[in-house]
Amino acid sequence: MDLDSRVPSGPLAEKWDAHRFALKLVNPANKRGYRILVVGSGLAGASAAATLAELGYEVDCFCFQDSPRRAHSIAAQGGINAAKNYQNDGDSVFRLFYDTVKGGDFRSREANVYRLAQVSVNIIDQCVAQGVPFAREYGGTLANRSFGGAQVSRTFYARGQTGQQLLLGAYSSLNRQIARGKVHMHNRTEMLDLVLVDGHARGLITRDLLTGEIKRWAGDAVVMATGGYGNVFYLSTNAKGCNVTATFRAFKRGAGFANPCFTQIHPTCIPVSGDYQSKLTLMSESLRNDGRVWVPRNKEDVAKAPGDIAESDRYYYLEERYPSFGNLVPRDVASRAAKKVCDDGFGVGHVVEGRRNAVYLDFADAIKRDGRDMVADKYGNLFDMYERISGESPYKQPMRIYPAVHYTMGGLWVDYNLMSTIPGLHVLGEANFSDHGANRLGASALMQGLADGYFVIPYTIGNYLVTAHKGEVTTDHPAFDETQSAVEAKQAKLVALDGATPVDAFHRELGLIMWEYCGMARTAEGLKTALVKIPELRERFWKEARVHGGGDTLNASLEKAGRVADFLEFAEVMVRDALERDESCGGHFREEHQTPDGEAVRHDETYAHAAVWEFKGEGETPVRHTEPMAFEHVKLSTRSYK
Amino acid sequence: MRVTFKVWRENDEVRGFRSYAIEANEHMSFLEALDVVNEMIIREHEKYPEGPIAFDHDCREGICGMCSMVIDGHPHGPRQATTTCQLHMRSFGDGDEILVEPWRARAFPVIKDLVVDRTAFDTIQQAGGYVSVGTGAAPDANALPIGKTVADEAFDYAACIGCGACVAACPNASGMLFVGAKVVHLAILPQGNVERSQRVSAMVAAHDEAGFGGCTNHEECEAACPKEISVDAIAKLNVELMRAAVRS
Repeated sequence: MDLDSRVPSGPLAEKWDAHRFALKLVNPANKRGYRILVVGSGLAGASAAATLAELGYEVDCFCFQDSPRRAHSIAAQGGINAAKNYQNDGDSVFRLFYDTVKGGDFRSREANVYRLAQVSVNIIDQCVAQGVPFAREYGGTLANRSFGGAQVSRTFYARGQTGQQLLLGAYSSLNRQIARGKVHMHNRTEMLDLVLVDGHARGLITRDLLTGEIKRWAGDAVVMATGGYGNVFYLSTNAKGCNVTATFRAFKRGAGFANPCFTQIHPTCIPVSGDYQSKLTLMSESLRNDGRVWVPRNKEDVAKAPGDIAESDRYYYLEERYPSFGNLVPRDVASRAAKKVCDDGFGVGHVVEGRRNAVYLDFADAIKRDGRDMVADKYGNLFDMYERISGESPYKQPMRIYPAVHYTMGGLWVDYNLMSTIPGLHVLGEANFSDHGANRLGASALMQGLADGYFVIPYTIGNYLVTAHKGEVTTDHPAFDETQSAVEAKQAKLVALDGATPVDAFHRELGLIMWEYCGMARTAEGLKTALVKIPELRERFWKEARVHGGGDTLNASLEKAGRVADFLEFAEVMVRDALERDESCGGHFREEHQTPDGEAVRHDETYAHAAVWEFKGEGETPVRHTEPMAFEHVKLSTRSYK
Repeated sequence: MRVTFKVWRENDEVRGFRSYAIEANEHMSFLEALDVVNEMIIREHEKYPEGPIAFDHDCREGICGMCSMVIDGHPHGPRQATTTCQLHMRSFGDGDEILVEPWRARAFPVIKDLVVDRTAFDTIQQAGGYVSVGTGAAPDANALPIGKTVADEAFDYAACIGCGACVAACPNASGMLFVGAKVVHLAILPQGNVERSQRVSAMVAAHDEAGFGGCTNHEECEAACPKEISVDAIAKLNVELMRAAVRS
């Protein structure tokens, strides 16, 4: 597997500039002769589709929702980082780069992260020009806040709906190109396979979710911006439709899958209330700026009302364990600490499957100090959301929260040009692996999605088209027949599932296995158990699952069955990756590798690399390759928040 | 709690209401209760030949705008400022019969059961719901000061999630609140000022062409909007329209 990162030589700060000059350009008049297939319409996909069309390319864009505006980027709450240094507090491109590499626990590629920090400033300009209503100061300049424990204020935000506003900005640019006839938008259309011609990505096989029609599309390059795979856990903060199908099927066609075990568990989500639970709702990280996290000090108090527990009987475990960062420790640290107190029997809230999995996030002190109005001004919409879901008011009693799966740092391997190991297949946003290492910092996902779509792929794709691209291909090529037949055979197999058990039941069971053995804390023994349980479950799925109705109509149970079948295979790759990475780093915590007081221990000499998995055929064990990660500008060190 | 969903079914097998009784609990979201109904239908498929209920949903946290159903006569159900996905069963009582229907509007044809086609909303946005600025053409973000109150007001209108509850609530099936929200969001910001006349004319024309009705000031849209977008959007939209007419 060719894992040449193609990072240009030269000083870090000049790499991107030099590279842009070295990249071959497509003559403006020739651009309209190229067709780019963009899969996904979230921040990365919509921004890429719009920008490529502005440049003159013909673009087809696909999304499975009824409108591109519904992509799950819309749900991001907190904000977007940019090294503008508008607050004059010492921020810089280098500092944002440094924080991101360190926050990623030294498992990302320095050159990519530096470029991300560089273009972050252009993103804010672009979004403002589109009319994104960011928060402002009274003088009319943009407001910033500190986020996720950063020591500078570099996060731009639009109330608690930053993702929505940025996505609607990208959607508006996309709409302009749709109206011009440069982007052909295909809603309610799901990518089911990638078509390779002479080893290059040259087309797609899709399913129209309303009519069931299987269609083929030929293009000159493919851009996948299909998001993360957090729903492998069944319960996550992802939208219900988020899935691994596009990236996993590209993996099966030869794209390397990097670091699948790097998953982020967000510490502040509303806990599970019963076995019918279909998703988990995130409560913004910003709440930890004023909320204090605690559990009862005595196990006999866990069932009591929080107000009946005396101050001296409350264990503010983050403040006690991490006196300098307190409640603001990074996501991975906060999540593990919550799990530990609950595992030890101090959890509060409803009993679900014999356990109380929740901790308190208490605003009583903030309300006493700043007044109810000021707290309402900052967090009112979040408090309202909490009350809608839980039926309790955070003004009157503490919130109950627990960690939940939120983001996946792993994804398809890409080089500096965002091209996967399949020539012509480019991967953007959460679907790729490159920028967040083993842990993503708050407000960095929106930044990366838009950086890739607005400011990276528009330059790098031209170079591929000029230098590596091989002539025109139409859907009459035999490779399309072959791939379409394979897709149709798989669909027929799914439609034929006539057991008695709904598909969701298998998905839920897979989620429990993954959460138990490949969740917040992992052990070799547990991961090996998962490697036995997952194939067993997969076998039962193909025997006992039921898909109701045919393939020629809107059929949610068929859509789910296809996605769950892929999760059931992908889960195994993820567990294998977690087993092979015999160290703790970022979101990947192996219990064998911790300090006596429970902090993660990395093994840089063996694991300072990206693990890239290569598909070797159905039923075969995938092969692990590595791309070494060199740290020349940020010194390898142990993160400490004590 | 025992509840019965009386659901509008519209597909090859059936066209009419069907009832489904389940055991729910107050912490379930409304859509989770419908998931339970669908699992029951699949497990007892011989008893329910009409198959599971098709409904749109995705984020299940009130922001994607995909969920769309009229519950007991109210778009998104009885709770103020709440999408269907964030409505919980504690809003209902033991023994309740809950009536569930799709959005009803000529411009939103029913595709299947509770799923409707809202492509017309995208078409309206494509007619002019943007600022014509290409990637890379933007000046520094702080070069254009915008007062906090203006930015806050723009946000209030920009918060629209495009669900279509305003249309479903309107006796005329008018989409004027949806159009107004985008027109006003961009008209009050300096970035949107250059194109404001052509934008409002083009978006209103696209709205009318899609088959939505006109606004006759019932204000049901504001009451139904899960993001509480003020009906002032429509008044301001009309001012924008007049302004455009005078200037052209």
